[in-house]
Amino acid sequence: MLKTVMNSFHVEQGARMVEYAGWEMPLFYGPGATEEHRIVRRSAGIFDVSHMGRFRIQGPGSTDYLNHLITSNVKALQPGQSGYGILLKEDGGIIDDIFLYRMGEEDYSLVVNASNLNKDWEWLELHTGPFEVTLTDESSQTSLFALQGPQVIPVLEKLTSLSLQDEWERFGIRELKLNNITFQAGRTGYTGEDGVEIFVDNEAALELWNSILALFADHCEISPCGLACRDSLRFEPGFPLYGHELGEDILPPEALLKWACDMQGDFIGKEAVEALLEKGLERKLITLSLTEKGVPREGYEVLSSDGEVIGEVVSGLYAPTVDKYCANAFVSPAYAKAGTEIQVSLRGRVKKAVVEKRPLYRPSYR
Amino acid sequence: MEIRYAKSHEWAAKEGDLYICGLSEYAQEKVGDIVFVELPETGAEVEQGAPFGVIESVKAANDLYAPLNGEVAEVNEGLEDEPELVNSSALKDGWICKIKSDDDSFSALMSEEEYKEFLKGQDE
Repeated sequence: MLKTVMNSFHVEQGARMVEYAGWEMPLFYGPGATEEHRIVRRSAGIFDVSHMGRFRIQGPGSTDYLNHLITSNVKALQPGQSGYGILLKEDGGIIDDIFLYRMGEEDYSLVVNASNLNKDWEWLELHTGPFEVTLTDESSQTSLFALQGPQVIPVLEKLTSLSLQDEWERFGIRELKLNNITFQAGRTGYTGEDGVEIFVDNEAALELWNSILALFADHCEISPCGLACRDSLRFEPGFPLYGHELGEDILPPEALLKWACDMQGDFIGKEAVEALLEKGLERKLITLSLTEKGVPREGYEVLSSDGEVIGEVVSGLYAPTVDKYCANAFVSPAYAKAGTEIQVSLRGRVKKAVVEKRPLYRPSYR
Repeated sequence: MEIRYAKSHEWAAKEGDLYICGLSEYAQEKVGDIVFVELPETGAEVEQGAPFGVIESVKAANDLYAPLNGEVAEVNEGLEDEPELVNSSALKDGWICKIKSDDDSFSALMSEEEYKEFLKGQDE
């Protein structure tokens, strides 16, 4: 199994380690997944997400190349900004969802899901075509941390010389220095809280991680957090997860990601998206909550109130902030309206549920 | 109070005419935060080693296996609102159910010493 630079820290801390996309990663630490979730919502948490891939795309053709491959409007990104986007196949199926950082005029950093790294790299190489670009897989050179929670920006302001709050917009990138360690920080994250995603050289990664934990602890509550709470934190504000809400057989509008497609622009898969929008959707992503107790899990059937099968659960869990048993499911659009009474079959036990208004949790920075 | 354990990590102990059962400390630590317990039904006939309930942790659903033969006499309804009791008090307030059982299936379980030895092999 692959191990991040932080692996020994996780093991020494007694984290429950699990295999994820070929990596040995922490599922939760001492406080447990639910408490880690709450610490991020009320204060600050730090995640090792070094298993995610990072590709560098440079050269005079880089903007046009990426604009061709990614659904969002890459041309609108200024150097120092970042944004969310999707890689599509010609038939509109989702290869991966990505985060793109424009580091300079002709210099981009693409962050991809660990489980899709090889597939994405092949796709990128396959489509360089006439574009003058250089691709570099930097995944193994840098470590990635997500530092998330309402205390993150105020405490970073105290610990670093920058006056962040005034001049650092959401999705902007800054170079910061902490205990003489220089690192790149994007004001992003995937938890519904304000915070930063950090890129740091492997050599300095452990020292930076420990510095953050120690220095933050002087100002606020902070905990290392595992993948389990990362999942519940991304679920509540309605952020999709590849392999669940997203996949090669799912098109962006079905996953409610039409907003991430620049329909004025030109990208691989655009015709397929247009065709689907014209034809009308046959299924749509919803969030539901059970009105009885139980945990809806991936693969469970969703039923109408009459007992007719109308779809399937793709993610399900107990959502700590909203204190409900919830799921995301693809269902016929006729049942997608908030307030619609439906049912979920939990291993043969049919439980009542209701379609929820999304998002369950409004991101704190909106 | 003599406490005995199943290989599937449930425990049982005699309490009056009944056996009280639950999940071991080891197992609750392994699965992490428990968010829901699907309890067996009172009156249900259960068979030692057969699934009789489900424990849902943050990430997964795990079957609970009946540690004894017998009939479910009582279930811990407190777990419906506070499933986390299994985490905070696995051997006491987090009990799962009480079973009316014979002593033979209880004797077939591991003693506390034997279970500790068994766990050493589990983590290797």
